[in-house]
Amino acid sequence: MSTQTPDTETESEAEQPSSKPHHERRLAEKRERAETKEAERAAAAQEIKGETVELKVFRFDPEIEGKEEPRFDSFTIPFEKGMTVLDALIYARDQYDSSLTFRHSCRQAVCGSDAFFINGRQQLGCQTQMADLDWPVRVEPLPHQDVVKDLVVEMDHFYDQMEAVDPFFDPDDLPEGELEEQRQSPENRENIKLSTRCIWCGACMSSCNIAAGDNKYLGPAAINKAYRFYMDEREGEQKRQERLEIIEQEHGVWRCQTQFSCTNVCPKDIPLTEHIQELKREAVKQNLKFW
Amino acid sequence: MYEHDVIVVGGGGAGLRAAIAAHEEGADAAIVTKLHPVRSHTGAAEGGINAALREGDSWQDHAYDTMKGADYLSDAPAVDTFAQTAPDEVIQLEHWGMPFSREEDGTVSQRPFGGLSFPRTTYAGAETGHHMLHTLYEQVVKRGIEVYDEWYVSQLAVTDEDDPNERDCHGVVAWDVQSGEVAGFRARDGVILATGGPGQAYDHTTNAVANTGDGVAIAYRAGVPMEDMEMVQFHPTTLPSTGVLISEGVRGEGGILYNSEGERFMFEYGYATNDGELASRDVVARAELTEVAEGRGVEDEYVYLDMRHLGEERITDRLENILHLARDFEGVDGLEEPMPVKPGQHYAMGGIEVDEHGETCIDGLYAAGECACVSLHGANRLGGNALPELIVFGARAGRHAAGADMPEPKIETGPDPDAEREDLGVPLGKPSRTEATTDGGTVEHPDSDPDAIVETAADAERDRIETLLEREDGVNHADVRADLQATMTENVNVFREEDGLKQALADIQEARERYQDVYVADKSRTFNTDLQHTIETRNLLDVAEAITMGALAREEFRGAHWRAEHQERKDDEYLKHTLVSWNDGDPELWYRPVLLEGDEGAYEPKERSY
Repeated sequence: MSTQTPDTETESEAEQPSSKPHHERRLAEKRERAETKEAERAAAAQEIKGETVELKVFRFDPEIEGKEEPRFDSFTIPFEKGMTVLDALIYARDQYDSSLTFRHSCRQAVCGSDAFFINGRQQLGCQTQMADLDWPVRVEPLPHQDVVKDLVVEMDHFYDQMEAVDPFFDPDDLPEGELEEQRQSPENRENIKLSTRCIWCGACMSSCNIAAGDNKYLGPAAINKAYRFYMDEREGEQKRQERLEIIEQEHGVWRCQTQFSCTNVCPKDIPLTEHIQELKREAVKQNLKFW
Repeated sequence: MYEHDVIVVGGGGAGLRAAIAAHEEGADAAIVTKLHPVRSHTGAAEGGINAALREGDSWQDHAYDTMKGADYLSDAPAVDTFAQTAPDEVIQLEHWGMPFSREEDGTVSQRPFGGLSFPRTTYAGAETGHHMLHTLYEQVVKRGIEVYDEWYVSQLAVTDEDDPNERDCHGVVAWDVQSGEVAGFRARDGVILATGGPGQAYDHTTNAVANTGDGVAIAYRAGVPMEDMEMVQFHPTTLPSTGVLISEGVRGEGGILYNSEGERFMFEYGYATNDGELASRDVVARAELTEVAEGRGVEDEYVYLDMRHLGEERITDRLENILHLARDFEGVDGLEEPMPVKPGQHYAMGGIEVDEHGETCIDGLYAAGECACVSLHGANRLGGNALPELIVFGARAGRHAAGADMPEPKIETGPDPDAEREDLGVPLGKPSRTEATTDGGTVEHPDSDPDAIVETAADAERDRIETLLEREDGVNHADVRADLQATMTENVNVFREEDGLKQALADIQEARERYQDVYVADKSRTFNTDLQHTIETRNLLDVAEAITMGALAREEFRGAHWRAEHQERKDDEYLKHTLVSWNDGDPELWYRPVLLEGDEGAYEPKERSY
């Protein structure tokens, strides 16, 4: 299923943790402690600002009754200064519903796991402050990708496109001296610097109208990866030409209509559209394509 | 059942390097990892890669700095091998296209780092780990090495001889997070664990959510000792609200630490009158907490790290990533104001006991990277020494597992029946009542057919998962984990004392009891992270207990390990590693002497001053 189809959403309140006493006293005590802790935490939140924020999260699970049809669940989250969307999701999962599913790992915008569609824009959950958003905050999986469950999308297509551009360094020859590195000018390193920052989060691909309509389009991230190697003065000439041929094919750079949506959503501020344009120029220069 | 020559568990720096090395040795290598490789936490490493590359520097100096930083708890064969091999591995990365920062003549730049006698830290901006991870993954793609991503390895397939030294590892059991399929993975030549650190045992950590010590825990329960687990590094500069790391590169470039009085306390209060901010990490972390304890902290919590005087150009050129981190995760503009910092759990020096080829006492089972303890970092790791460890020992483990001819190791492994056992006098290990969910380590099987061992282990894992999913009510693992993190942060942190450590062990025992009733609320087979995190929490319990056992047993102050009652390093008593063996649920703590005899003679323990 895809996020492009649903309009059958229903609102349902997430179940609060059950307060039914368990047969074992220890468990009951534990729960009591947890409730006290929870109350304290709520009171603390109250003291600061008394603010809570409503988080509306897309839910879907192909094999769980009541979740086979996409819906939105609402969670009431005590707001704290500095809280990110990821913090709010973790709170909702750990306090209300442990089946709430989303990818996340590093919490610092480098692993690229937690790109979501937040209030209608592709952003990393960990890098987005709740305070900077309109409330209630609505979190959906990345559009144009198949949903596996809740906020988890199928990434295989994205990875396939990344791998389609031969995303690896392939020099013609290497220095032979002991411990001798290849030389690279600081200027050339600077030229490729932004392109090397890509964290494979998929936000760009998800934001791209062309990619949505053409499943074979390489997409901004893969073309940027090609740029990273094409522009690297250490890269071998043969591989540069091969890679240029890959990206100037039918579903390559010429598909880009310079709408800048990828550039606008990139969490690492990579000028993706510019890189695509530069590669178009390179393709022309190399007489591989006259347009 | 899937089958390969070498199975690498984990897709970070050590795992990727191991797979490439095994592949180049001619083996059919595959990577099984709970995250896609580029999501691994190697990518968060900022500062750099130490290697003696230039005239005026030498591997001997690098080795000496490493041994001194380690407070003489490292094994010399590991340190020498490391310092000798790091330059080749760094140049190899460069030849694979890693975008290192450069000098005007096009050579790879190097900068000063804490505890180093020469500016030997190569780097790629302040995002060195990201570039190393992606460069290695590119080479994995280039070679067509198979990657099973989002497959969670939850058990090893190890035979059950009484003596762990006699056991064999024939593979692993993993489940496909996306589909719920549980499968055996037969490894014809070897299994290499490269699963990273256990930072989630603490609540303020620079580690990722995925860093749950899985490899350490499954190797431990299969009989491999955990070594020097008490040696946990607390990084002195993490952001107070999230634990996000601010690289030592900031201090390497000239960043200054101030207390609330605006005093440069590293010098003014005599914590490190020579090296100041660039003293070893443990020294700086204790200095910061002492400042806060004595009322000179900001908001009674943190100190300031100031880099404004470096100027916008230099900051943007070399530390740009730091500006983003400070802005996104603390709301601070590093060009305009000092950044608040405090110590946070950062790195485990200890781990799975291995020799200098990465092999454990169990035949066919290897470990490399942060999850392993080859005994390189001893009692304290120097900044810039983690990334080279991944590639040096990742590659060695890969080669050895694939059958390369390597000399006899000098480092001993495996339980030593003659070693003295320490009686800690508190309940440990398996709780009184043990459920199927927390069982498991080795595989009982009448014959030693490897395929049957792997299949039997897979069947046991299917049962264990079914049991967890069938329970309708019980304890949420997140509560157990939160309590564990709280007691570790309270009692097994930078400053440690006997009563607190005993309290932590009691709390861990209680958490183990509660974990017997754990249940998974999510009944789905599809992408069940509730199930995955529940299993991870069990791993954290075992790892946290071993950390605390080591901390209680080691009655001295060495490197990162500080004890209130024992304020000096005791070389007569404690020039030895702590080892913790699972011992089928009845953990034992014992010791093995440190090996100080290196290639250039013996390292002489000296006073460690900066």
